[in-house]
Amino acid sequence: MVRNSKNTSLPAGRSGRTGKVMIIGSAAVLFALAVSVMYGTTNIDAATVWRAVFDFNPQNTQHQVIREIRLPRALTAALIGAFLALSGAIMQALTQNPLAEPSLLGISYGAALALVTALTLFPGISSSGSVLVSMAGAGLTVLLVFSLAAVSKGGMAPVKLALAGVAIGMFLSSLTSVIAIHFDVAKDLSFWYAGSLAGSSWNGVKMLLFAGVFGMLIAVLLARSLTLLNLGTEVTKGLGINVRFVNFLGVLAVLLLTGSSVAISGTVAFAGLVIPHISRMLTGPDYRYILPVSAVLGSLLLILGDIGARMINPPYETPIGVVTAAVGVPFFLYLVRSGRSRFT
Amino acid sequence: MQARFKWSTLILLVLLVLSCLISLNLGAVSIKPWEVIHTFLGNGSDKQELILFQFRLPGIILALMVGAGMAISGTILQSITRNELADPGILGINAGSGLAVIIYITFFQTAAGGLTLVSTFILPLFAFLGAILTGVLIMFLAWKKGIDSIRLILVGIGVNAGLSAFIIAFQLRLDPHDFVKAMVWLSGDLWAKQWPYVWALLPWFIVLSLFTLLKTHTLNILNLGTQVTTALGIRSLRERIILLITAVALAGLSVAAGGGIAFLGMIAPHISRRLVGPRHQLLIPTAALIGAIVLIMADAIGKNVLLPTQIPAGLIVSLVSVPYFVILLMKTK
Repeated sequence: MVRNSKNTSLPAGRSGRTGKVMIIGSAAVLFALAVSVMYGTTNIDAATVWRAVFDFNPQNTQHQVIREIRLPRALTAALIGAFLALSGAIMQALTQNPLAEPSLLGISYGAALALVTALTLFPGISSSGSVLVSMAGAGLTVLLVFSLAAVSKGGMAPVKLALAGVAIGMFLSSLTSVIAIHFDVAKDLSFWYAGSLAGSSWNGVKMLLFAGVFGMLIAVLLARSLTLLNLGTEVTKGLGINVRFVNFLGVLAVLLLTGSSVAISGTVAFAGLVIPHISRMLTGPDYRYILPVSAVLGSLLLILGDIGARMINPPYETPIGVVTAAVGVPFFLYLVRSGRSRFT
Repeated sequence: MQARFKWSTLILLVLLVLSCLISLNLGAVSIKPWEVIHTFLGNGSDKQELILFQFRLPGIILALMVGAGMAISGTILQSITRNELADPGILGINAGSGLAVIIYITFFQTAAGGLTLVSTFILPLFAFLGAILTGVLIMFLAWKKGIDSIRLILVGIGVNAGLSAFIIAFQLRLDPHDFVKAMVWLSGDLWAKQWPYVWALLPWFIVLSLFTLLKTHTLNILNLGTQVTTALGIRSLRERIILLITAVALAGLSVAAGGGIAFLGMIAPHISRRLVGPRHQLLIPTAALIGAIVLIMADAIGKNVLLPTQIPAGLIVSLVSVPYFVILLMKTK
């Protein structure tokens, strides 16, 4: 029996509560988006923001700032938050491991390695080219970690998966450092390890949407199977679910969602760990509810985190990955201490 | 095992001497092995004496000390957590040490600044304190009516992730030159290859190693598990905490002198266990020898493989040991 065995015995589904969470959550996301766009080195009032969106005047610099800088940034934060939370939820379901999380598994280091290789081989690489390359790197790392888990003796216990992630991350980052030191591109990579939304653009939003639509579609299709998967292998087999196929699709979704996020924003640590747990507490064990709630709450966390990152030490930005780690690490430690990390 | 220990020690000592000679031979100015012996006997030219005694020798002694220190630290950690996968790097002790050094660089000086007499000794001191504080923090967070080994490792991974985030946050505030310097330091490049550093660190290292050797009997018993320990009248918790502090101190010392070298503390004891078995009287010296050999070789490779770039030894160690670690991980249940 897996996660929250207490909750599985409850009457299935808390659709009423999920509805409420979704409505309140979405409203909060919209509100946070508005605040994120209004807040900055110069604060812009709500009326101007409204006009910049619906009645755009290209002569007005404030309108331009909103359209070209703040809006894409806020949307990037929203999308990445949703994607990472979804990835985390799917990974936790697939591995039946409460500590599974994109940044813990060294995935962003794979992206950084691919990027540094591309930068040294093709110095003139375009920005969309580098996004594709780092997505491929992140994707390969996801595959690597999951195939190691698959061939490992006796499956991957939480502590083993975490250790494998740390080790693979260390290996990839060592290789990256060697290349970066040799070709003198170390500083260009720094944001990969810290996470940054400063370079957000409409181009990035488009790329996120493109990869994300497929990822989210798969997630929606998988929701029911993920719930059943967590009831244990016997139940799954009895219901005639093809575990291998579910795993394959799940990894594909994680690859698309995490890969695109990491390619655009670097490492945003622990966002994928905290949110699925909170969503599960709110909605119960059914992934048809957990997934949408995770997406909304993930968005909210990252938009707020981004506002925080800009507010902590202006005019400098604190890396968003540091902000999320500040929230996520205590939560991780709480999970470990409370013993929730050890149901197998 | 006793006979095997004799043979393996002999072979390892030969390997150690060989790796020292190789390391001395490689470099901007090459010194042939017989010239090395010649110079040691006092018959070398002035130039050879200068290079050997002032530049190469402190580096080798440092690598020996750091390698052995990491290996002993890892052995202790693995025995008291009864988990073959424990390592100071994984538990976040290296990161704690690194964070302390980055804080020191950001607030008190620039890394690019010269080595003043004060910074010579304060920098390692900061690294050491960082390691100790992290060790205490991990123990505190993992404490729940005793220390459970899986909880300790998971807490270590979490603390490691948190500290790494802080390191990055501080590192980003440095200018590009210092940024790269800090990165090289954090990867473990054995920077302190000068006599003053060696003299400052060596006594501590010797004291801690001897203390560990005195505790080998306790380590043997602790490795058997709590029930046995209590039955034999050993105050398990107290001994574990004392040994944990020893391990953290050794790791802190090694990081102070060599930067964050990960996985050396994991593979050295593991290889040794295969060679001489689980008794710590044999295990600890063997692990120390293997740690020293691996680090000296890694340093020699890193310094010469991609000339003129100097690759930190710690990176070479990670690249070699991670595959070993992952295979080990997949085999254990």
